[in-house]
Amino acid sequence: MTGEADEGAHASFRRGLRLGVPFAVVGFFLSVSFGVLARQAGFSVAQASVTALIVFAGSAQFAALSVVSVGGGIPAALTAGSLMNARFLAMGIALAPSLPGGPLKRAAQGQTVVDSSWALANRGDGTFDRWLLFGTTVPQYAAWTLGSVVGAVFGDALGDTERLGLDAIYPVFFLSLLFAELRGPTSRRVALGGALVALALVPVTPPGVPILAASAVALVGVVRRSA
Amino acid sequence: MTLTYAEVWWLILGLAALTALIKAAGPVLLGGRSLPAWSTSVIVLMAPALLSALVVTAVLADGRSWSVGAHTVGVGVAAVMLWRRSSLILCVVVAVLVTAGLRAVAGA
Repeated sequence: MTGEADEGAHASFRRGLRLGVPFAVVGFFLSVSFGVLARQAGFSVAQASVTALIVFAGSAQFAALSVVSVGGGIPAALTAGSLMNARFLAMGIALAPSLPGGPLKRAAQGQTVVDSSWALANRGDGTFDRWLLFGTTVPQYAAWTLGSVVGAVFGDALGDTERLGLDAIYPVFFLSLLFAELRGPTSRRVALGGALVALALVPVTPPGVPILAASAVALVGVVRRSA
Repeated sequence: MTLTYAEVWWLILGLAALTALIKAAGPVLLGGRSLPAWSTSVIVLMAPALLSALVVTAVLADGRSWSVGAHTVGVGVAAVMLWRRSSLILCVVVAVLVTAGLRAVAGA
């Protein structure tokens, strides 16, 4: 690697760290609410904390937790969690050409993808700034893990997270990412289309599938643009 | 919850393994090959599609049915503020306060 590329990598990484901070703050509270809910469902403090540490995928954690809280088994919980995660498959495919190295290195780099880092590292021309992606993820990973520990340990004192309105955090987090993506009329149409497809599928498919299916709307956007 | 202590650990390990597998799949299977030119537009448009789907399912759906609640209003207020370029943290605080406030009023 040339010195210039190294410098670019450092600058991107530092910029990512800064960009990641607001998302880390929001993620912290989101993760606190996960820790509280996990304890209420019957997880031990260690179990709630380790989940955040090694799964590090908010929507999947909440989906799996909500299945077991209502009496569901492990297969159902894993299915729900994986369906929520299915969007990472699409994100990983999009990111792949921007990553260097052999299979192991590529797999490791793929682990750093979270919604906000992926969206922020997206240069808008089909390529990704991988160092920006890594940088954005670092504060979020730290805050995510810490949040669950805090929620798990102090959950009893906090009480009912729904009463506290903590379930409003997650959608606002994604809205802020969405608004940053609405650069032109095509992206706005696709966003609207994705929302409609997801809502239409809610009553007829398991949770998670509507979100994955919505990503197919991106294809329609392209067909329309070239037509 | 009907799971035993040991089963919860299996659930956590299983979810971690599946998540890692899903995140690794694209980068590993595709390698460093560049995608065909048309796919660039698809990739660029995937983010708005996925993000808006995440938002609407979080605020307008509950499991497999449509539903609205106090958080729908809270997030709606935050959406207007975000659109007018308020900071993310302020918007989150307002969304939480509005949601909690409405629930307190409804529950009282």
